[in-house]
Amino acid sequence: MSFIVDYYNYWIVVFLMMAGFYIVISANNLVKKIVGLNIFQTSVFMMYISIGKVSGGSAPIVAEGITTYSNPLPHVLILTAIVVGVATTAVGLALVVRIKRAYGTVEENEFEDKEDLI
Amino acid sequence: MLEQHFPVLPIVLPLMAAPICILLGRSQLAWLFATLISGLSFFISVALLLTTLDQGVLSYALGGWEPPWGIEMRIDVASALVLCVVTGISSLVLVYAKESIAKEIDRSQHTLFYAAHLLCLTGLSGILSTGDAFNLFVFLEISSLATYTLVSLASDKRCLTAAFRYLVMGTIGATFILIGVGMMYMKTGTLNMIDLAARIAEFDGNRTVNTGLAFILVGVSIKLALFPLHMWLPPAYTHAPSAVSAFLASTATKVAVYVMVRFIFTIYGAEYVFYTMSMDIILLVLAIVAIFKCSFMATVQSNVKTVLAFSSVAQIGYMILGISLVSSAGLMAGLLHIFNHALMKGALFMAVGAVFLRTGSVDIKAFQGLGRQMPLTMAAFAIAGLSIIGVPLTAGFVSKWYLVTAALEQQHWIIAFLVLIGSLFAIVYIGRILEAAYFQKPSEITEEKDIKEAPLLMLVPMWILVLANIYFGIETSVSVSAADAASQWLTQPTATMGAAQ
Repeated sequence: MSFIVDYYNYWIVVFLMMAGFYIVISANNLVKKIVGLNIFQTSVFMMYISIGKVSGGSAPIVAEGITTYSNPLPHVLILTAIVVGVATTAVGLALVVRIKRAYGTVEENEFEDKEDLI
Repeated sequence: MLEQHFPVLPIVLPLMAAPICILLGRSQLAWLFATLISGLSFFISVALLLTTLDQGVLSYALGGWEPPWGIEMRIDVASALVLCVVTGISSLVLVYAKESIAKEIDRSQHTLFYAAHLLCLTGLSGILSTGDAFNLFVFLEISSLATYTLVSLASDKRCLTAAFRYLVMGTIGATFILIGVGMMYMKTGTLNMIDLAARIAEFDGNRTVNTGLAFILVGVSIKLALFPLHMWLPPAYTHAPSAVSAFLASTATKVAVYVMVRFIFTIYGAEYVFYTMSMDIILLVLAIVAIFKCSFMATVQSNVKTVLAFSSVAQIGYMILGISLVSSAGLMAGLLHIFNHALMKGALFMAVGAVFLRTGSVDIKAFQGLGRQMPLTMAAFAIAGLSIIGVPLTAGFVSKWYLVTAALEQQHWIIAFLVLIGSLFAIVYIGRILEAAYFQKPSEITEEKDIKEAPLLMLVPMWILVLANIYFGIETSVSVSAADAASQWLTQPTATMGAAQ
């Protein structure tokens, strides 16, 4: 039981990761695929933030009377990864807009038979 | 004075030049500027390769922050060799691109094309130069995002779905690498590759470290299109503009192979990955299946760009096969094939792009009778095709020779035999196209049009690559000694690697 309770943040990460991954694979709508991709990436952000927590540590801002700080490095790393995620989402959505203009639909099953996809 | 900054220049130059390309506004100016910057990066890379062959490793502390705290740029022979390939091919492709994109990309987007190309070059150079695992992920995403944009620039609307599929697969791959790096950091508390290598050795068999390795290997395998994770590659290379296909096919997946080599040999250590985790068996089987399945797929396609795309996946199989042989000779054959394959695939895609420019199609029917109408282009295609097959006196022969020798060195007769059988498939798929070009009458696509030879600006870079194929097939000392030095460097114990600087 403590295996689940003590590591609840990692269980959330695993659940979100699998949920996002499943949406990417199964969704028929391209926008939903992007949403799934975002959930998938967000789970990794949460994993990094969990890594940075030091038990009993405070936020990594120098202040009097505090001796233990959480590790700020994973937070900084994930700030970069969030920017990368935003850029990916932007490019993905831009592609969806162009696909909608070119094919008239964003449902995968509706355009797949119109062309010779490999 | 400037020389000490050489390790970082192949990243900084194209990064700075990309927005300037857009500001220049005119297609011609942007082309000239991008080509100059790319050429400059190439000369710096050659200088770096010569320095590393001489001195071993170059370390550059970015912003003056000493490693392992700051981000380290770390160039050894392996990275300098691939860096030369990437910047060299990029320069040739840019020369070629001017005429090619005039037909394939809308005029208003030409400056954006050059900017995206330079950003892609930034990312690829960054992956090759960096000595920091997280920084590698960031550069991987810079190059990937630029790649998705490049693929989607073609005028054919099918490029959009291909780019979208590539984006989804590529992002999953990159996120897997991010998870793996996170798990390594969780256990070791460092991101510097040399530091990581030293600390991972202490955690032999730890489950977090093992899981991290699994995530990284799967993620990199998506990026390098290892069978069965290659499904994004054929549509992307088929529908991308010709110049983009030529650039990506000879650089992007090769850099991903380099990333795999870096993680296996520098960070985790070959002994741990291959003996403790038995990854060599998995990679070996997948590589051989890739060679056969994708070579076979290449023989049944009617679109010539798809043929070349499947052939790329098969050739990546040869590189991974070299790595999975777990020997210095095998790794050297793999690295040599990265170099040689860039030369031949670049030339082939350039020839196909020239055919598309003149005939408006890349179907095999468009090639019928072209041997007479476009003699120089088809001769280039034929020689580069012979190199893919591995005919003696071409570069392709040299790397296959070393691959077979490496397999025989370990008494793997069956693997050596399978490599040779794989080449027979290459004879079929290249032979079909050459047969159409030289022995068939013009089809309805080529019959009525007056088809001229490709313009000079396309022929020159194409023939430079073709002549390089022949040169490196006869005079092997340069490429072989560089690949040999790189594999010696990578397979030595990690402890000495850290001490070298």
